[in-house]
Amino acid sequence: MSEVKTSIETDLVSLKHPDERGYYGEFGGAYIPEMLFANVEQLRLIYQEVIDDPAFQAEYKSLLRDFVGRPSPLYLAKRLSEIYCTNIWLKREDLNHTGAHKINNTVGQILIAKRLGKKRIIAETGAGQHGVATATVCALMGLECFVYMGAVDIERQAPNVARMNMLGATVIPAESGSKTLKDATNEAIRDWINNAETTHYIIGSAIGPHPYPDMVTQLQAIVSEEIAYQLTAQTGKEYPDYVVACVGGGSNAAGAFYHFLDDKRVKLILAEAAGKGIDSGHSAATSILGSKGIIHGCMTLLMQDPDGQIIEPYSLSAGLDYPGIGPLHAHLITTGRAKVYAATDDEAMQAVFELSKVEGIIPALETAHALAILSRIGAGKDDHVVVSLSGRGDKDLNTYMNYENIKDQVH
Amino acid sequence: MNKVRAKINEKQQRVLNVYFTAGHPTLDSIPSIAEGLQEAGADLIELGMPYSDPLADGLTIQKSSEVALKNGMNLKHLFDQVKQATASIEIPIILMGYYNQLIQFGMDRFLDMATTAGVSGLIIPDLPMFEYEAKFQKSFEDRNLGMSFLISPMTSDERILQAGRLSSGFLYMVSQSSITGKTQDISQEQHAYFDKVNNMGIESPRLIGFGIHNNETFETACKYSNGAIVGSSFIRALEKDASKAGIKTFVSSILNG
Ligand SMILES: Cc1ncc(COP(=O)(O)O)c(C=O)c1O
Repeated sequence: MSEVKTSIETDLVSLKHPDERGYYGEFGGAYIPEMLFANVEQLRLIYQEVIDDPAFQAEYKSLLRDFVGRPSPLYLAKRLSEIYCTNIWLKREDLNHTGAHKINNTVGQILIAKRLGKKRIIAETGAGQHGVATATVCALMGLECFVYMGAVDIERQAPNVARMNMLGATVIPAESGSKTLKDATNEAIRDWINNAETTHYIIGSAIGPHPYPDMVTQLQAIVSEEIAYQLTAQTGKEYPDYVVACVGGGSNAAGAFYHFLDDKRVKLILAEAAGKGIDSGHSAATSILGSKGIIHGCMTLLMQDPDGQIIEPYSLSAGLDYPGIGPLHAHLITTGRAKVYAATDDEAMQAVFELSKVEGIIPALETAHALAILSRIGAGKDDHVVVSLSGRGDKDLNTYMNYENIKDQVH
Repeated sequence: MNKVRAKINEKQQRVLNVYFTAGHPTLDSIPSIAEGLQEAGADLIELGMPYSDPLADGLTIQKSSEVALKNGMNLKHLFDQVKQATASIEIPIILMGYYNQLIQFGMDRFLDMATTAGVSGLIIPDLPMFEYEAKFQKSFEDRNLGMSFLISPMTSDERILQAGRLSSGFLYMVSQSSITGKTQDISQEQHAYFDKVNNMGIESPRLIGFGIHNNETFETACKYSNGAIVGSSFIRALEKDASKAGIKTFVSSILNG
């Protein structure tokens, strides 16, 4: 045991926090037009003040317990474990109120918005899960809510659009570019510039200018805090051998990894969306196809051409259809701390049907990318593999039903 | 002294800086629009480098950028066109673009090609001031390129002074906290903000931009600064008529009403 301890403690720089200016190694920072500077700076100061404030933490934790339903279970998926000859634990974020991990972040940010004195909330959304989670906390707090969503995503995630409307939010279609998550984020940032004084922008992933990547990571860190004690309680082991998560911008991965970031015994695995295949020209495998540059206010890895024009990504899953990745993740990947695998649309679909039939759990299409790579990560029969089951599949039923039909026609 | 600052110092008042997007309305329209602007009486040209994700820009400039990129505009072609333009005009050309474009092209390579093409200044709204100061200020000075930083009504006094100190071209006073393309009148609050900045003892000349779209807003801006920047409304005019006569009519409508 003591031998192992020394090996974890050799790295002096913790991966858990960026530096003063928001850099994880060479990634992060704040590359924003001046019109946003005052807002981002005000947010940075308030965030620093509240994140360790016991009163804030108490309010945040009590909402997570009573409103969200935390802790979420850590569930040993026995039949899936048999198939992959290892021990697979599902961290059930799909059982949270609103059906995904996204609510952990919005509960925290709405409390911060209140401290900022902002009355108007905006958000971007891809799959609609973050939009629903934002609309939900706005209803809870009685704040006005506007959600930007790509026109393509409004089509493919219709149930979530209906939910946002019921919750009193206004969904605004983003019609530029590929009409998906990147474009919704652009529109939200423009709205924020136009309404800087009244509005707080609740970003839904570990992206954006400092302090967003750090703030979203901290507000999702509850996931790995629970994993650590739940695994110990059930197995006696203090740490998992693997933590696996899908990555769009990176919030569920950041949350599932956080407490293990500095513990080298834990292998951190990211699943990206390969779309129709990495080299198909229709992909969102950012870390493989991307290079260093700026997207949405931070230095990170993104898909771009030699002139720095951002390339439109593709994934069947709206939540992973994003050409960038969080700066923390860019740092984890380029330093080798995390390993990335890519799953295609088809592989993710197969994983959806497998988990549904084998475990009785219908996962979100985003989440299915993490399940789709389980055979490749090299886990042995004594290993404990924690998979971030980031969301449930209700919102994707249309996609799933259509896919079944297509399959039937082929056979 | 860089050409941008020299031009503003020479004219002092009613400086008119006109923005358009490179590659819009057509791929090769930079030289003729630039000539048209000079002939019509503009003092500076701000040339937008079309970007896929222009965060600070409203619909008009977004659309013009999309058209320009579809037309095939890229930085190499842009520099070729600027070289042609600067061979026949004397008013300074300032490039406006997003930091990622410069990073991917390579900062030194970008600055070298810009200088060779006859570019006189740069505006990069998402380049942090500290990063410019630490990494690039000397390269700009060595090449005689004028840099302009933006301030908005929400910018703190400390940052206004810093932006003033680092702006070797002019200090860009964004009239209101917004993206480009708004066309509302200039309010009392904005007047107070302009007055405040003017009384801070900033050496750099100041131009007001965002929302300047007719003679009235131009005149108001000139009361509070050395001149103004007109963008979206010129792009809309170009979409209707990009001929030299059309440009003359537009510029005259701004200068004379
Ligand atoms: C269920 C689910 N998982 C994952 C994601 C991807 O986002 P992130 O990488 O921030 O976790 C989304 C995004 O919409 C989602 O809805």
